[in-house]
Amino acid sequence: MSSIPEELGYSKEHEWVAGLDDGRVVTVGITAYAAEQLGDVVYVSVPEEGSTVEAGDAVGEVESTKSVSDIYSPVSGEVVEVNQAVVDDPSLINSDPYGEGWLFKVRTTGEAEDLLSAEEYAALTSGDS
Amino acid sequence: MSQTTPLHGVHESLGATMVDFAGWLMPLRYGSESAEHRAVRAAAGLFDLSHMGEIFVTGREAAAALDHALVSRLSALKVRRARYTMLCAPDGGVLDDLIVYRLAEEEFLVVANAANADRVAAELAARAEGFDAAVADRSAAYALLAVQGPRSAEILAAAGVGDADLGGLRYYGVQPAKVAGIGALVARTGYTGEDGFELFIAADDAAGLWRALTAAGEPYGLRPAGLAARDTLRLEAGMPLYGNELTAELTPFDAGLGRVVDFGDDDEARDFVGRAALEAARDAADAPRRRLVGLVSRGRRVPRHGYPVVNAADGTVVGEVTSGAPSPTLGRPIAMAYLAGDVTGGPADGLAVDIRGRHEPVDVVDLPFYRRNT
Repeated sequence: MSSIPEELGYSKEHEWVAGLDDGRVVTVGITAYAAEQLGDVVYVSVPEEGSTVEAGDAVGEVESTKSVSDIYSPVSGEVVEVNQAVVDDPSLINSDPYGEGWLFKVRTTGEAEDLLSAEEYAALTSGDS
Repeated sequence: MSQTTPLHGVHESLGATMVDFAGWLMPLRYGSESAEHRAVRAAAGLFDLSHMGEIFVTGREAAAALDHALVSRLSALKVRRARYTMLCAPDGGVLDDLIVYRLAEEEFLVVANAANADRVAAELAARAEGFDAAVADRSAAYALLAVQGPRSAEILAAAGVGDADLGGLRYYGVQPAKVAGIGALVARTGYTGEDGFELFIAADDAAGLWRALTAAGEPYGLRPAGLAARDTLRLEAGMPLYGNELTAELTPFDAGLGRVVDFGDDDEARDFVGRAALEAARDAADAPRRRLVGLVSRGRRVPRHGYPVVNAADGTVVGEVTSGAPSPTLGRPIAMAYLAGDVTGGPADGLAVDIRGRHEPVDVVDLPFYRRNT
């Protein structure tokens, strides 16, 4: 069973969102469950700093040995920071998905919508893992 | 519902990620597939290949039946030797690629890909009609384990080899032996580009042999390896995968493997299924329809099966990727691809792969991508 930190919000597309309660800049990454499903991540692209993203948009992609998936922004707003370290070393997504493997930060506009709680995300990902 | 191998419980207890492959539930990886790949290159990996088909052809005319059925002359194969060959349709299309082991003068073991095993058994049976030979698909009775990597011979020795001296077993040799007290057909064959062994054993012995090899191999860095590593290993070694580089629409000559087709000598031509079509394919080899090449990507995005190869300058499609993956050894994405016959290829020619709408530059290289030091 992969870890699902209690304090994060989750999208159905397996992104996590941190900092929802603190203010308007949130951090986005890929869940441990998704990283385990992917296997060794060899390439990741993230949206450009300064770009505008809409919740549900495909804003990047993540490739592993066997597969490639889109990354969807779970929130709307402006990308204020991207994690160059994870672009340079995508294996951080496998080794530390909720920490050093974060992808980008968004200054959100409006409310984040339809994110799942840790409990709901656990329910979503149980049964087929 | 997928079939499971006799080692299914072992894979589950190791926490393997399982995947459906050719109707079988197989381990894709146990942990990091890149680490499994590197273990095979540097030390050794242990594979469950029990999904492969084991078909026995026996009888006074077993060799003659296989000479007729397959593109190679198996009657020329020495006892306790193996050969890589193919089963072709009358139109020359490849129905499967095979390794055939001659176990005795009148006994051959044909190992087929899992997805094709039923068809190969049926074709061999049909083509053996009129010969004094019996074809028996014994896939269910057999398990197949592979130990692959430079430390393989030491690991087998550590597990304990009886009734045989495997030191004398050369590449593409096969002989019966006891390994860790378990009766096995031990072949020095593989699909990784490394030295290694494949062990055909009774299905009931699979878990016991797996445990014995795991224990014996631990000090040598042996680790279980799944299908993901197997695929990147064979790709680096430039080995074709049926369904990707080989299909019923392609001849062995298309794949650059015309050398496996044996037409016989000038004064003693031999007949076999597909001969006429394959002769035509051979004679067209000066102006081939297509050719199989290696591609190394300059970027980090991975060319994958089915992606178009394009001329970077004008976007014209000049070929198609058959297999692609990030190469743990090269540290870059690699691929095999068919290029149209008139595309010369080379770094100067400006080829690219259309990776989901974006053209990523690639260089054409000779296969294989990786060759072990021998």
